Amino acid sequence: MGGITEEIRLDETGTVVRLTSEHQLIIGLIEEGARVMDLGCGEGDLLLALKVLKKVRAEGIELSEACIQACVAKGVLSVHHGDLDEGLADYPDKSVDYVISTNTIQVLHRPMVLIREMARVGKRCIVSFPNFAHWLVRLQLLLKGRMPKTEKLPYEWYETFNIHLTTITDFRGFCRKAGLRVLREIPLRAASSGTCTEVKFLPNLRADTAIFILEAAKPPTG
Amino acid sequence: MEEAGSVGIVETKYLTFAEPPSELVLECGRPLGPITLAYETYGELNAAKDNAILIVHALSGDAHAAGYHHSGDKQPGWWDIMIGPGKAFDTRKHFVICSNVIGGCQGSTGPSSINPQTGRPYGLSFPIVTVRDWVNTQKVLIDHLGIEQLLCVAGGSSGGMQVLQWVVTYPDRVRLAIPIATTSKLSAQAIAFDEVGRQAIQSDPNWREGDYYGKTVPRRGLAIARMIGHITYLSERSMHQKFGRKLQDKTAYGYNFLTDFQVESYLRYKGDHFVKRFDANSYLYITKAMDYFDLTQSYGSLEKAFAGVQAKFLVISFSSDWLFPTYQSKEIVSALRRVHAYVIFTEIQTDYGHDAFLLESEQLSSLITNFLSHGWNQKS
Repeated sequence: MGGITEEIRLDETGTVVRLTSEHQLIIGLIEEGARVMDLGCGEGDLLLALKVLKKVRAEGIELSEACIQACVAKGVLSVHHGDLDEGLADYPDKSVDYVISTNTIQVLHRPMVLIREMARVGKRCIVSFPNFAHWLVRLQLLLKGRMPKTEKLPYEWYETFNIHLTTITDFRGFCRKAGLRVLREIPLRAASSGTCTEVKFLPNLRADTAIFILEAAKPPTG
Repeated sequence: MEEAGSVGIVETKYLTFAEPPSELVLECGRPLGPITLAYETYGELNAAKDNAILIVHALSGDAHAAGYHHSGDKQPGWWDIMIGPGKAFDTRKHFVICSNVIGGCQGSTGPSSINPQTGRPYGLSFPIVTVRDWVNTQKVLIDHLGIEQLLCVAGGSSGGMQVLQWVVTYPDRVRLAIPIATTSKLSAQAIAFDEVGRQAIQSDPNWREGDYYGKTVPRRGLAIARMIGHITYLSERSMHQKFGRKLQDKTAYGYNFLTDFQVESYLRYKGDHFVKRFDANSYLYITKAMDYFDLTQSYGSLEKAFAGVQAKFLVISFSSDWLFPTYQSKEIVSALRRVHAYVIFTEIQTDYGHDAFLLESEQLSSLITNFLSHGWNQKS
């Protein structure tokens, strides 16, 4: 769903995966041998990369039947055809080390329900989303008076999947309200040649994407 | 009949075991022996004996899963679309085995077999068999073939029940499991349809408490049972697409009770055709085995049933299957995930209903091909 992807050859198997720069950054955050769940895992590239590079026990959830077929073709051995809006009821509390959701939370009908589920099931959560407060987005609305379209948000308003777009500032408040503690924020902006760099200054204005690392602020109740 | 993708001419083989006094004690507590299993194999067992795939059949299936029995044979085995060189279960790589369930009527011991103690067909004196009994007898065959661990067990519908029973009863004997369009316990609705089918057979005057061998068989009852069953295997949409309200060999209503609609003609044909190859008592026994299948009841909970599983799973359901609906596959998947098994689950979008697993499907084929090839490579 937007963003520059790069083809990477995973040395051992010869399998080629397509990863965005934020995927690559997330891979760097995961410890070897961790248990990882990817929500909205698409064609399984991140899962496969994590499995090969970090020897993780990886599983994915994906809504699209075609994507599941692609996952199986690539050799992802645990992937579930399911709707994230139905939650993660199958998974016990703290049963995985990382629950990852890249570029997905904004397409869900009930993001608050899912983020709480993520914090319940995972010891840590890694969430990435496009930042709707990026200056290019703001300018399009301000100067042209039109719905913004950018590289990260390429769809027309009438056909976009992104029904719950958010900003870095809003997401912070959202996490607090959901009972999650922000361990780290990584605001990113696209740099040359498909890479991205962390934005230190005015992140909510200058970052087109953000990665949040989160955990439950308090033990889950009930 | 040397066409590409076919295993060609195949032969049904037989294994007989549990000769008295070493009868097999069935789940119902009664002994059965001797037991004969009819089975077929396709492809070659490799030297390591680690390329064997057991295919388990559904209600009306048999050991003849692929290929042809003779050169003039028009009808290939029941899963020929999936088994053969270059097909999902690729006989160039894999050694594929399929056996007929006991209680059946296609070569394995069942109610139509001769009871050696009486010299007459068993009829209703044949003991009730269960899915676990089916699996236990299949395991004897696997042992006989010298296979320590099956690469895969796969099957749809009540075949899927056998897949689940295999991984539960013999967890270290199965590496990959493919339960398709199945359930961990038969629903009330499915039991109800089974019972209507059995009642149709049992109320046929020719049924005679199952003692009809050598006499007129209860063909009306069995044909009706098959007609009912067939309705449950299709979806409302696929019936509509296939038949609509089209008339059979006429342009106007007959205003009588002869066949008007194509769908009536089709069901009658299916029923009549089935009677030629199937035994009414076997229909009673096999549907009863399906009705009794309930892993939750047998093991306390589905998680407990799956607690020791070692296999990796490919669980598949079909969107328009109302006999074994997707939620029942999801229950299996949920329990497997709670015991941390590797599970791939997908619901294939199709209008073909429960029968979809028997039909040509690019999605089904490629899922199985890829699952087998990656499962084969990743021996961990």
